[in-house]
Amino acid sequence: MQAVLSEDQMQFKQVIARFFDTHSTMPAVRRLSETETGFDPVVWSELSETLGLPGTHLPEEYGGHGFGPTELGIILEEMGRTLYCGPFFSSAVMAGYALACFGDEAAKIEKLPQIAAGTTRATLVLDDLNHPSKVGRLIKANQAGVLTGTAPIVLDGGSAQAFLIVAREPAGLGLFELSPTSPGVEITLQESIDMTRKIARLTLQSAPGLRLGSVTEQGLYQFWDLISVALAHEMIGGAARLLNDTVEYTKGRYQFGRPIGSFQALKHRCADLLMSLEFAKAATHHAGFCLAAGEETTIYPSMAKAMAADCFMDMARAAIQLRGGIGFTWEDDTHLWFKRAKCDEVLLGAPYQQRARMMDILQEAQDVA
Amino acid sequence: MSRDEIKAELEQFLEAEFSPDLSLIEWRQRLVSAGWAAPLWPEAYFGRGFSQAQAAVVTQVFAERRIVGAAQVGPRRLAAETILAHGTHEQKLRYLPKILTGEHAWCQLFSEPGSGSDLAGASTRADREADHWRINGQKVWNTSAHHADFGILVARSNWDLPKHQGLSYFLIDMRQPGVEVRPLKQMNGHASFNEVFLTDAQVALDDLVGGEGEGWAVATTTLSIERQGFARGRGQSTPAEPSAGRVYRELAQELEIDNEPYTWYPQREGRPDLVLQRARETGAIESDAVRQEMAKLFCLSEAARISANQVSAHQKSGAQGVLPAGSIGKLGASVIARQAAHVHTMISGASAMLSGPRSAADGMIAETLVSVPAISIAGGTDEIQRNIIAERVLGMPKEQRMDTGPFRDIPRNSQ
Ligand SMILES: Cc1cc2nc3c(=O)[nH]c(=O)nc-3n(C[C@H](O)[C@H](O)[C@H](O)COP(=O)(O)OP(=O)(O)OC[C@H]3O[C@@H](n4cnc5c(N)ncnc54)[C@H](O)[C@@H]3O)c2cc1C
Repeated sequence: MQAVLSEDQMQFKQVIARFFDTHSTMPAVRRLSETETGFDPVVWSELSETLGLPGTHLPEEYGGHGFGPTELGIILEEMGRTLYCGPFFSSAVMAGYALACFGDEAAKIEKLPQIAAGTTRATLVLDDLNHPSKVGRLIKANQAGVLTGTAPIVLDGGSAQAFLIVAREPAGLGLFELSPTSPGVEITLQESIDMTRKIARLTLQSAPGLRLGSVTEQGLYQFWDLISVALAHEMIGGAARLLNDTVEYTKGRYQFGRPIGSFQALKHRCADLLMSLEFAKAATHHAGFCLAAGEETTIYPSMAKAMAADCFMDMARAAIQLRGGIGFTWEDDTHLWFKRAKCDEVLLGAPYQQRARMMDILQEAQDVA
Repeated sequence: MSRDEIKAELEQFLEAEFSPDLSLIEWRQRLVSAGWAAPLWPEAYFGRGFSQAQAAVVTQVFAERRIVGAAQVGPRRLAAETILAHGTHEQKLRYLPKILTGEHAWCQLFSEPGSGSDLAGASTRADREADHWRINGQKVWNTSAHHADFGILVARSNWDLPKHQGLSYFLIDMRQPGVEVRPLKQMNGHASFNEVFLTDAQVALDDLVGGEGEGWAVATTTLSIERQGFARGRGQSTPAEPSAGRVYRELAQELEIDNEPYTWYPQREGRPDLVLQRARETGAIESDAVRQEMAKLFCLSEAARISANQVSAHQKSGAQGVLPAGSIGKLGASVIARQAAHVHTMISGASAMLSGPRSAADGMIAETLVSVPAISIAGGTDEIQRNIIAERVLGMPKEQRMDTGPFRDIPRNSQ
């Protein structure tokens, strides 16, 4: 199995970094976070058409580029580093992976190429975002594929052009598609702590869905691992940026006649944060390599999500504390990171839930052995 | 050389030269002459100039064929790597072979009662006489000094220069009348470190490493090698089970002495390896609170392992760029050890009060609980590692110094 990025992957990372440094500047993030849709269609079509990013991790036979979790992780790390605002996570990662994992052959042939090309901005509707075992309690489908129920949190639900929905069927779970304009669909924009990622509430009342495939329990867990590792990459990208900027700030701010970065209390806090970042990075990259190597049901995806989330939140708390009063203002950018960190922390399961899953897997593995 | 070429040449050598009936020293002398004892070292000095990846092939063949390798325990390695980096041609020829064969054991004479973290504040005197250096002072916490033939020593050769510039680095013969070693009992009951009194002890003029006054630069090399050792944990490059034959018998005897100070070292790392098993046996694994703490421990220990692998893969690939490995790894080892001790305590409950052979895991858990405090002190404290990470890795500004100017004028501990 891979242990570090290859030469090609390093080059890819540089290209991606340059793109987001140019297109996801802090003024752009500020501007987009104040809008309702929260993304820039010009940047979206550029990252789709010029770079082909939404298809990175999707299979070639369905219009993707056939790379894996590591290349996708590289993109998300850079998006996290620049606080990118746009439907990449909801459409390419969540909806794209869901269709690739659960869609029937015909559905994949018909729908996946558009998600891979970025021409359709889809989103995945899960009625629970805490734990795979809780999915399918709120949204039900009858024999005819008619959907009823509520999903309180749908990422980019206000701007998505297609909804993929996991719903409880008479037997098991199924994946369905709905257009936002279908009858029986009610979309309400939700206020989110994190203004850089938009959320809507979706209410379905006898909305006619198109069935795309079946969702097995094991498949749902594996899917959850894929998107959790992708999210972990976004978080370590954000955490690394925060540490870098915070350390720079402490070098330039003077109190008591010296830079505050020369105070040992701050140095030690930053040193501990660097250690936690290095560990979270190691865990996240390793989880990506494991998934790429086809290793299923290991502890690493949950471990990566738990460590990245704790690290990102610790980093965000310190980033504000070490800036003092200015850190608590709306004007300073730091709160944007803090809020992204807070939402990423709980999206797909808070660290304690990820750790509980790790233990379940470890125990099962020992039972088998 | 390719993997296969290395394997072929090494197997041919083993075929021709190895016999279990050789004496341990005779066998290792053959290894040293052929460059197999330390393949990472340069060809001019008993090695083969191999890369990490090439050397890994050698290690693997040794392990598979259960061949006895060079002697490499603890302070020997610190001495060898430092001499290799800073020693003269003659010092390398004189000292390195006997380190590899195990004929000479070494110890590290750095810390003093008045200066530990502040190693550059050492006040052991080195006075230059006509034909030798005369050493006076006291060292402390010196692991294995009671077994050592030689020591690596930092002492002050100039009191008028600023502290870092007045130090010199010496190789000292421990078997002489001016050196007295007294074991110190530790809080875990073992006595692996010592205090060492130096009273008109002698060091030959050509046993100075680096120039006079260059001791700090040389000591820095030793310290960074030491930190890396903590992150990696203690490896044993010798076969696990003893086999028949003189060489194995003598190895077992050597290890019994060499390893005596280190039997508790795995325990100071917190024994995370025992956690899952014990949690199941005691039923503690059913508790959600315990499971959370266990998972936190495994996150840390797995991430540290993965991170160390990534560092070595990065080095193997020959890629550029500094990885903040040493100090972060050492700090990580402390955090892991403390979390492991915390989890063991939760698992044991009130039984954590017990110690000795009738207590949990044959006394290993009790020993763990009272050994873990060492890891965040030995080899540079956690606070010192944080200073290093903040200043050298993150580039944060240094603190204002109170210890500039001639060393003799700097406030220090009265002895
Ligand atoms: C098991 C063990 C084995 C050892 N083996 C050896 C050996 O073989 N050879 C050898 O030479 N030494 C050895 N040592 C000694 C070890 O290197 C020292 O104990 C260590 O460097 C700390 O020095 P000190 O004990 O003088 O404590 P001090 O330096 O007095 O430290 C006391 C406290 O002050 C803190 N402190 C000191 N300076 C700073 C600073 N600048 N910023 C923030 N906090 C600070 C420390 O972190 C610590 O918490 C060993 C120690 C142990 C425990």
